[in-house]
Amino acid sequence: MRVPEERVSAATFEELAMPLFDQLYNFARWLTQDTAEAEDLVQETYVKALRGFSSFQLGTNFRAWMYRILRNSFLSSRTGLKTMVALDGEADDSLLPADGTTPESVLIAQVDRETIQQALADLQVPFRQILLLCEVEEMSYQEIAETLAIPIGTVMSRLFRARKALRDLVLTKNEGGRHGV
Amino acid sequence: MACEQWRGKLDAYVDGELDPAEARAMGAHLRGCSACASDVLERVQMKRSVQMAGQRYTASAELRSRIARSVAVKPRREAGWFWKILAVPALSVLILSVAVNLYVRRESERRQRVYSELADLHVSALASAAPVDVVSTDRHTVKPWFQGKIPFTFNLPELQGSEFTLLGGRVTYVAQTPGAHLIYQVRKHEVSVFIFQDRGEETASLPSGTAHALSFNEENWTQNGLRYFVVGEVGTEDIQALSKLLRDAH
Repeated sequence: MRVPEERVSAATFEELAMPLFDQLYNFARWLTQDTAEAEDLVQETYVKALRGFSSFQLGTNFRAWMYRILRNSFLSSRTGLKTMVALDGEADDSLLPADGTTPESVLIAQVDRETIQQALADLQVPFRQILLLCEVEEMSYQEIAETLAIPIGTVMSRLFRARKALRDLVLTKNEGGRHGV
Repeated sequence: MACEQWRGKLDAYVDGELDPAEARAMGAHLRGCSACASDVLERVQMKRSVQMAGQRYTASAELRSRIARSVAVKPRREAGWFWKILAVPALSVLILSVAVNLYVRRESERRQRVYSELADLHVSALASAAPVDVVSTDRHTVKPWFQGKIPFTFNLPELQGSEFTLLGGRVTYVAQTPGAHLIYQVRKHEVSVFIFQDRGEETASLPSGTAHALSFNEENWTQNGLRYFVVGEVGTEDIQALSKLLRDAH
């Protein structure tokens, strides 16, 4: 006996989408920096994804697809429009590292979690976004490229710049914190 | 210079993005180059710190259940089994009796489920610190509040001269169907009125009439395409009186 098609897709959507709930919420909360907005964003993501699930190609990357919907919804929100700024020299691969170990780098290991969280929150949204996808969601460069709809070269250069920006912020905060005491 | 060449790939290395041959070659280089090795160590530490710091926020249980409900597979009645049975006449009598039995049991389970769900909604609303989202005794305030929140409109009765008072209302869901939940008071007891669209779904599959279950009295009927349920821990006379007021409001 054939199971009605819409039932298969609904069952599959629920099975695929609900395990991503916690991560999607964490990501949304980081992007919006606000609980109510994050809740609305996650809800909107699920509604749009369920509606568009028939156009989703089974076998392609579902997680990247969900994050892309969330990110696009965020971009069209009021907060999103305000925070997504153009990044200079984005696709310029020559920006890739020539910088080496700095004497301060050893300090990174001793920085507390709160300082890192504060620095992450202070980062420009595109930088915060790519760091979360790479470090917290442990996405591959390919997945990040699909999620953000940018080429892999841009993923690499943006990631490099995001890490550098974060490192600078952390060191400044740490420095300030120590002088302040 | 060899070192320069590797520097540009340190991020890809710690992110596990180098192909196996390159990763092996990088490993060999790191064993001989302390500068690159300490750089890699720093990057790994940073990666781990961000990973831990980034897992910061947890969603409320309420949001999770709201979303789980909205994506849940809707129970569907299976169609077409009856015709298949007719195609096998030799077994039809036996199977039909079993099927009828099952059907009756399923219907009764479904009825029980809807009653329980409505009773739960009634009790949990009353137990809540804010039982209603629109607090008003005025039907002309409560009715418009629902506009845009539920996909239908309804009339509320004039209560003057009756023992009932309107306390307010909230939006509710049963079987993924949005509806209105109104709370009335009669002699210090609360009675819930649920109104849904009658669309041949879960809430509409119940026989109209009065019922008594789990110490709650209940009456339901269909009117103008809407399905009404009156639920409360009061006598059947009160349930019937409020039901009559609601019916006559049209």
